[in-house]
Amino acid sequence: MFQAFLIKYGEIAIKGKNRYLFEDALVGQIRHALKQVEGSFQVTKEQGRMYVEALGEFDYEETVEALKRVFGIVGICPVVILEDEGFERLAEEVVGYVRSRYGECEKSFKVHSRRARKTYPLQSMELNAQLGGRILDAFPGMRVDVHEPELRLYVEVRERIYLYSDVLPGPGGMPVGTNGKAMLLLSGGIDSPVAGYMVAKRGVKIDAVYFHAPPYTSERAKQKVVDLAAKVARYAGPVYLYVVNFTEIQLYIYEKCPHEELTIIMRRYMMRIAEQIAGKTGALGLVTGESIGQVASQTVHSLAATNEVCTMPVFRPLIAFDKEDIVTISKRIDAFETSIQPFEDCCTIFVAKHPVTKPNVKVIRRSEMRLAERIDEMVEEAVESAELVVVGG
Amino acid sequence: MEIYLDNSATTRCYPKVAERMCRLMTEEYGNPSSLHHKGVEAEQALREAKKILANNLKVQEKELYFTSGGTESDNLALIGAAFANQRAGKHLITTAIEHPAVLRAMHYLEEQGFRVTYLPVDGDGRVSVTDLKEALCEDTILVSVMYVNNEVGAVEPVEDIGALLKERKKPVLFHVDAVQAYGKYVIHPKKLHVDLLSVSGHKIHGPKGMGLLYVREGVKLKPLLYGGGQQKDLRPGTENVPGIVGLGEAVREIYTDFEGKRERLYGLKEQFATGIGRLEGAAVNGKVGRDSAPHIVSVSFAGVRSEVLLHALEERGIYVSSGSACASNHPTVSGTLKAMGVKRELLDSTLRFSFSEFTTEEEISDCLKALGGLLPVLRRFTRH
Repeated sequence: MFQAFLIKYGEIAIKGKNRYLFEDALVGQIRHALKQVEGSFQVTKEQGRMYVEALGEFDYEETVEALKRVFGIVGICPVVILEDEGFERLAEEVVGYVRSRYGECEKSFKVHSRRARKTYPLQSMELNAQLGGRILDAFPGMRVDVHEPELRLYVEVRERIYLYSDVLPGPGGMPVGTNGKAMLLLSGGIDSPVAGYMVAKRGVKIDAVYFHAPPYTSERAKQKVVDLAAKVARYAGPVYLYVVNFTEIQLYIYEKCPHEELTIIMRRYMMRIAEQIAGKTGALGLVTGESIGQVASQTVHSLAATNEVCTMPVFRPLIAFDKEDIVTISKRIDAFETSIQPFEDCCTIFVAKHPVTKPNVKVIRRSEMRLAERIDEMVEEAVESAELVVVGG
Repeated sequence: MEIYLDNSATTRCYPKVAERMCRLMTEEYGNPSSLHHKGVEAEQALREAKKILANNLKVQEKELYFTSGGTESDNLALIGAAFANQRAGKHLITTAIEHPAVLRAMHYLEEQGFRVTYLPVDGDGRVSVTDLKEALCEDTILVSVMYVNNEVGAVEPVEDIGALLKERKKPVLFHVDAVQAYGKYVIHPKKLHVDLLSVSGHKIHGPKGMGLLYVREGVKLKPLLYGGGQQKDLRPGTENVPGIVGLGEAVREIYTDFEGKRERLYGLKEQFATGIGRLEGAAVNGKVGRDSAPHIVSVSFAGVRSEVLLHALEERGIYVSSGSACASNHPTVSGTLKAMGVKRELLDSTLRFSFSEFTTEEEISDCLKALGGLLPVLRRFTRH
């Protein structure tokens, strides 16, 4: 029944002179998302409306699902396209449409006409009144309410006539790529993919870094992270995942520093390495899944100690979220099942029985001095030897 | 360099088997139920395989049923026998160290109103015939005991159990899960008084997805699957001709020069166990002599996490298993080791090494060398 979708976008519309940049990015993202879908599509933008039109057969459900993952889209309206064969024919089609969508309904309604083709014989007000009349004739139970109708019927006269009434919610946010790029610290847990998703939603392109510690973490743990990156990529587009071999550094810290500070020091080095890779790839900030108080390394003291080593902004979209709320989003983006696979990640392998929860930055810095001999070259080596895996897209 | 010491998880298929199967898929691909020549050709291949298997087990061809693997064989034997014989009683007996294919089927039967007794094992993983005797009730209808334990290689006293059950006035069915034993022992179910015997193809250099269930003539089973009448309706579905023929070929091959192969395996096991004995903080679980399976050695390494050691060995091209590979995706600690009374702190420090006829002395000594090098390093870096 539907051959096209009208795409509604919210925030972009208010971006002033940069608007076309946002619209172009949205068109690009939609095209990318639809590549995975059966059928071929034309994405057009004109007079502040964006249409996705199917050229021939297509899978409706799949298309809607794909569009629901494109940030920047606020609403998706499935559209019926009619040839212009005179008003009589149009009225029949409109009545037929209402019947097939809503049955013998008894709703209050309003017709919104829009005449993009100015040569059409009826003006939009006339079209509203006359189509409204035909609907009242066909459905005795319906009544007109121009202020708060239950059913809004949109009729747009273009080369052909576009008819729609449903608005399916889109994900909102901003088209990916309109807001620079950030480097996500991706572990195998529940939080970091959600954090990546949330930042991507604000239009930020996502690169990711994963710290691999063989033989302490397994090949399957790495595969799990690749799978999680793919979940993020469904929304954010292709993710460049940098896999850093962290074993040497971890063991070195283990040997030289007090065990209760291990996690904090380790995380400081993760931030340093992530920042260095970000610098090389043009990412302007880091993204983590940290949330205040969730574990010892995420107390405010610990966050302060970790944050201290970075000059780039660190985005922590989950900072004030409860675990439950994070889980809800994780499930919504279909990452949860993957996240809970039981493979150990490098943060837990050497965790001390009683890690410090209120690290003193001065003390931590002093402990790190013990690494002076080799750590710089080790960090450099880790950055240089990071393996790039392009995920999704 | 690749040293594969995980042969209890699965084995390399004999090239001969793979070639024969490939031909059966691309050239002689008929359905044995078809009336034309292609069908007849397939049926003949199938018959030939059946003959090999029946001869090897010293049973009748009509007592053999083909399944999708060890798991299905176990399920069909237990669930099929329980439901077909529930009027005679609702009590079943098994051991605490069975493969999940048996244990989980038993749990299902408990949900269906059956009573199940799980027999304990001693420190070597062996069940006691006296315990079994005491557990037998008036309404016991089935006993299921594995031939060789998959995690530690303990050999269960199936012959004594068979003899004991044979003496009972009221018949009790005897099922043996021989998945880890077949190909390592000459098994004649009739001599052992076994009524139901499960075998798997891929543990003996045959195909995956291929299992065998011996059902003694006269034993009634309720099918798990319903369909087009194949295999006397007990296990319908178009016969997996390549799989069945592949299994037959594998059996022929593995039982060729059988004693010689087994002696070699025991030699390797002895070499390995002796080497383990020289490593500090390493101990074999269960027995290592001729009263244990020739191909499985379970070793606990104090102070080392099994998964880390496993991946460290992997980095050196050596493939082994932590606990039992079948259950290793779920990092619950091993049921067998627990039942044997292995110390708690060692449960997560245990690896299983399992050999095959392709394993060499050199590989064993390379593995021992690698362990000797790795253990002190890994012990320096621990959780606390």
